[in-house]
Amino acid sequence: MARNLALLTLALLLVLAMAACGDDDAGTPTEPTRPVSQPAPTAAPAPTAAPAPTPIPPDANNELVIMSHDSFNIGEDVIAAFEAANDATVVLLPAGDTGLALNRAILEKGNPSADLFYGVDNTYLGRALAEGIFVPYESPGLANVPEQFIMDPSFHVTPIDYGYVNLNYDKAFLEAEGLQPPSSLEELTESQWKGSLVVENPATSSPGLAFLIATVSYFGEDDDYDYLDYWADLRANDVAITDGWSDAYYTNFTKYGGDQPLVVSYATSPAAEFFFSETPLDDAPTGNILLDRSVFLQIEGMGVLLGADSPNLARKFIDFALDLQFQEDFPDKMFVYPVNRNATLPDFWRFAEEPAVPADIGPAEIGEKREAWIEAWTQVMLR
Amino acid sequence: MTARLALLAPLAYLAIFFIYPLGAIFERAFIQGEGGFAGFGTLLGDSYYLGRIWFTTWQAAASTALTLAVGLPMAYLFARHDFPGKSLLKAVSTLPFIMPTIVVAMGFVALLGREGLANTLLMAVFPFDDPPIRLANSIWIILLAHAFYNYAIFVRIVSAFWSNVAPQLEESAAMLGAGRVRTFRHVTLPVLLPAIASSAALAFAFCFTSFGVVLVLGGPQFATLEVAVYELTAKLLRLELAAALAIIQMVFTYLFLLAYTRLQASSAVPLNLAPQEATARRPKRAIDVVFVVALVALLLVVLSPLWALVERALSTADGYSLRYFGSLLEDVRGDIFYLPLQNIVGNSLRFGVAATAIALTIGAAAAYYISRPGRRGASAADALLMMPLGVSAVIMGFGFLVAFNRDPIDLRATSIILIIAHTLVAYPFVIRSVLPAMRGMPQNLREAASVMGASPAQGFFHVELPILTPALIVGATFAFAVSMGEFGASLLLVRPESTTMPVAIFRMIAQPGAENLGRALAMSTVLMLVVAAVFAAIERFRYRSAGGF
Repeated sequence: MARNLALLTLALLLVLAMAACGDDDAGTPTEPTRPVSQPAPTAAPAPTAAPAPTPIPPDANNELVIMSHDSFNIGEDVIAAFEAANDATVVLLPAGDTGLALNRAILEKGNPSADLFYGVDNTYLGRALAEGIFVPYESPGLANVPEQFIMDPSFHVTPIDYGYVNLNYDKAFLEAEGLQPPSSLEELTESQWKGSLVVENPATSSPGLAFLIATVSYFGEDDDYDYLDYWADLRANDVAITDGWSDAYYTNFTKYGGDQPLVVSYATSPAAEFFFSETPLDDAPTGNILLDRSVFLQIEGMGVLLGADSPNLARKFIDFALDLQFQEDFPDKMFVYPVNRNATLPDFWRFAEEPAVPADIGPAEIGEKREAWIEAWTQVMLR
Repeated sequence: MTARLALLAPLAYLAIFFIYPLGAIFERAFIQGEGGFAGFGTLLGDSYYLGRIWFTTWQAAASTALTLAVGLPMAYLFARHDFPGKSLLKAVSTLPFIMPTIVVAMGFVALLGREGLANTLLMAVFPFDDPPIRLANSIWIILLAHAFYNYAIFVRIVSAFWSNVAPQLEESAAMLGAGRVRTFRHVTLPVLLPAIASSAALAFAFCFTSFGVVLVLGGPQFATLEVAVYELTAKLLRLELAAALAIIQMVFTYLFLLAYTRLQASSAVPLNLAPQEATARRPKRAIDVVFVVALVALLLVVLSPLWALVERALSTADGYSLRYFGSLLEDVRGDIFYLPLQNIVGNSLRFGVAATAIALTIGAAAAYYISRPGRRGASAADALLMMPLGVSAVIMGFGFLVAFNRDPIDLRATSIILIIAHTLVAYPFVIRSVLPAMRGMPQNLREAASVMGASPAQGFFHVELPILTPALIVGATFAFAVSMGEFGASLLLVRPESTTMPVAIFRMIAQPGAENLGRALAMSTVLMLVVAAVFAAIERFRYRSAGGF
């Protein structure tokens, strides 16, 4: 507070000085000067190792605020059920895409806008843990979650759903061209697929990053032909790069009038196409290309934010989110799989296929090397 | 003294809502961070970032030139001609300004894409084997899109000013035997220069900090400084680099603006101004009619990406229907984030009206101070007040979150924060719109009014206000448009119940499937209709001067 006041005063003085002397047009007026005394940040650093059990403070109010990425979606009745059972009000706060929302939470560390954060995936987990924005909580609901989805053994982030990032293809287009879907990643560098693939920039898009990690897993980092050699070949084969999933899918993908019949999307996208189609279909208009070890398993979870007003309510919500009512409600809204092994899936889900062997790189390694991969990729692809 | 006071409000606003949040984020980046100010060295020693500075500058210059070439003929059309449907066309011509980039990109694909209208026509007429137009992810599409987005700035600002210029000057030149071209070059152009320069400065600032167009239409290989700042902030969280780059971008913007405001201040000439009703004519001669028809046709072509969107929003599997529009009104799937269409439109309108009111007040007060002759430091103040256009929305949004996050001013959970953010990017348009008219206002008009016995207030209401009205209307139009289309900061600061139309559109196309796309396009169409209606209403708002001229 004191620091904010000092800064505010400084900004006011700066501008009033400009107005008063009226002649002052030298230099840039935006460089903040260093305040004389710096109080230490108010938030205590969160423990990164297994913490000693500390008593949870009582809730300040019975309002639960959940910050999430923009793709979060859940039934109104499900939230109402939680509110009724706990005599609470739930406020949902979407805050941009995965990266932006998490960065906002990091920026607000210790004084969060919310109690709970939904949408940390295994590509961003390392950053979230290093920044210490969550407090650990081991929910009893994890008993119904298969071991492979428990991405954070320190329980700062609890897995809720998962999905696969892979290539989708436009069935009608390939049929008209007389092409079979590619049978390997290597095939995409061949001439029949020249200019046929659109990918998202891993620096700005979460499926883009997931696909990059899949290629790292598949080709390796220091083999004779590593992932960067592969990307250089893709570049030579006119791969298109977009900023995010929406522009890749809705402006580049041939299904929507673009130039590329192959797009990096999700294994559930064909099911979504079927579900959201205008006319009843007997088959999905797009298909998945599920190649072993080149599909990325993306796990998403929730965490209780450090400094939450309602830490107990937040923990109750995590338990609730692992329960069947919540787990069975979101698949046809977010098009992701529930982690609870007992959850039943909607009927059209048959178009969402699961790959046999997903890419194999753990969150710890991703957290450590993500930026280096993105940097190297950017050098090869964009510069 | 009053003039000094008039500057106080805008500067206080700028200090609290611009410099303070920026200071807060910079303090977080440089002082709390470990790297200190090393980021500057890193950036300035990196050929990639130096290349970004160069690319950003030249694409902005090229885009501004193209925008000018498209905008000036249209400005002439609206300033000097009266024709049926003029006000509707005027309202529609400013629509590109508010459209989210991703939606415009879809419009471009529908027209210029592989199976787009242009290629289909060309292939039907000429024996091409492959689609001849290949603009996707090229520099051309960036320049075209910038012209598409920003030509309205020229159209509105220049035509408002032009319509105030009495045609006697041009007529005298014609009487003296000058041809049309010569008259334009030696008489009209010099008179219009302040308004043209004003629009060019805005267009340049916009193209210099362009973000959506470059990212969505150009693709990541065409990164501008703004795009680099966005990546470093929103995705990589390298605040020390992002802030340093943002400061570099601001320095450049400030220097450009300072050079421009100095030039501007010295080039103003008092003019013989007349209310616009007296200056527009109905085309009489055949050549004039042809000319007007040709220009209107050109305008409709420029706007074609928007028609393509409306067409797509209406086409469903069983022919044209309003099905997607209907699905905006009812919650078929029971999801928690569903907001009825009227609420979303209501939110956008509420924020838009509030931001416009504040921006008009602040912008007009600032322009009043800057326009008084002989003000020392007016250019610097002018350039400083334009600075919000030179800062990345995502940095600004983060700044707000860091600065206004403690009681007594925890604004994070309110809609006020959104209105404040919108106003910040809206009021510079008011200044630029109003300033040329204020500078051109002859002193003797007011003096004549006093001699005739008018009080200063009467003089203002009966003499100056009628002359300023077109400029104020343009300022209000742009302030409203900026607020209605603003998306970068909104996405960070919006609450579910206060979702605006652009944010809703983005949420809809974050999911696969024809239904989601259809709803997003339907929402875009609603956005256009609502904004066009408001523009038309603003145009109707005329201050009827008692006597006229």
